Amino acid sequence: MPENCIYIARSSAIAARALAGEMMVMNSADSTFFTLNEVATAIFQAADGRTPLQEIVRDRICDQFDVDPEQALADAEQFVVALSGHGVLLVSNQPLAAEAP
Amino acid sequence: MSLMSEVGQKAFNLGVPLAVHMDVTYRCNERCVHCYLDHDDHGEMTTAEIEDVLNQLAEAGVFFLTFSGGEVFMRRDFFEIVEHARRLMFNVKIKTNAVMIHEEEARRIRELDIDTIQISVYSHRPEVHDAITKLPHSLERTVRSIRFLRAQGLRVTIANVLMTVNSSDHMGVQKLAAELGAHYTLDPTITPMMDGDTSVLSLRIPGEELPDVFHNPALVANQEEFCAAPKPPSEEDLEGYSCSAGHSFCYISPYGEVFPCVQFPLPTGNVRQQKFLDIWNLSPQLKEVRSIRAKDLTVCSSCSHVTSCTRCPGLAYLEGSMRGPSTADCEKSFYRTGVPTANMLRQGLSKPRSTSGLGAPLIQIRPVPVPA
Repeated sequence: MPENCIYIARSSAIAARALAGEMMVMNSADSTFFTLNEVATAIFQAADGRTPLQEIVRDRICDQFDVDPEQALADAEQFVVALSGHGVLLVSNQPLAAEAP
Repeated sequence: MSLMSEVGQKAFNLGVPLAVHMDVTYRCNERCVHCYLDHDDHGEMTTAEIEDVLNQLAEAGVFFLTFSGGEVFMRRDFFEIVEHARRLMFNVKIKTNAVMIHEEEARRIRELDIDTIQISVYSHRPEVHDAITKLPHSLERTVRSIRFLRAQGLRVTIANVLMTVNSSDHMGVQKLAAELGAHYTLDPTITPMMDGDTSVLSLRIPGEELPDVFHNPALVANQEEFCAAPKPPSEEDLEGYSCSAGHSFCYISPYGEVFPCVQFPLPTGNVRQQKFLDIWNLSPQLKEVRSIRAKDLTVCSSCSHVTSCTRCPGLAYLEGSMRGPSTADCEKSFYRTGVPTANMLRQGLSKPRSTSGLGAPLIQIRPVPVPA
């Protein structure tokens, strides 16, 4: 397991549903409401707590959206930090157990 | 346009059922004088049936899910149902009288990350509230429960139904809501009983009292705009639709029946016999509801209020035609703006027949934020 791996998991506190390929996300704690674009939606849907972010970006983003891997990973890390700040994603350098309500 | 409005419009345009109101029971521990339901169990869906419906709703794209009744906590499996809904990542709201919520239930609600709990409070005075619910000490118990919920940091909305017997108490309830840290909404909607009995409509406040509500800045946040005279409709306005009922919203009864809205009792199918999406996509009744544009309304298309009126197609349906006027909303538009409606003018009325018993005032007032 690489040392600098980032693992992400969806928080159980949120509500989420895809609408025409874009994810709606609401955090009930503060009623913040987001919509994620197609790329962010792909990352969000792959956030199972077990797959490293690097792997998600390689398999779900670079393959499907034809983007530069380094740039894609940098953007993904930024996105993950932002959503983690809103309590939507849990981030760790260890695999995360899925949260159940 | 806010992000939420954009999403709502997108779902409307795509025909996605973004929001569903599901009554899990009609049984109740209160016997409110204005209630339109009977309180017997005529064969409610089982836990497994409801969970299966929830799976189908998630698949259909439903995001906002409101559980109501009856009193939801009359179902012993209610938390099991909510847990399933949250596993499916719905945004869940609960409507309840809260009488059965104690510290343990409040903690469980917080753990399930429920968005909002809406609780009915009719008066700040026990003798008035309890006389409406016909349950002794109900106000005391409801207020205690609200405190439990607030102590857990949960969002509570106090819904104050306005009627003849509590019409002078809304300021008291609003003050109580502020003290409890709850949001406050006021609603003078009284609907006929499910069996068609309209006797409960005698409880609605007289139309002449509505201006006091509409013009009260403590109750209506955008009062000046809200009460402004209507602007003439454009051609584009006449191509528009009434509301989200049947377009991006629907109602499911405890028996699995699907309706366009909780206040629009047009049967469209039953999830015990058909898949939800088959009803949503194929029901001729829902297709008819979706086909009606403002220009198709028999009286309202020529009314100056057509773009600003909160005309309820469900109440119009109860009056005889989903394309016709909803007298209750005509009354509201008139008392809000002072401008007569086309429905009044065609009957030669200078003011609405407020005691006709044909409809009920329907008001959706934007809640005033609770002071910090």
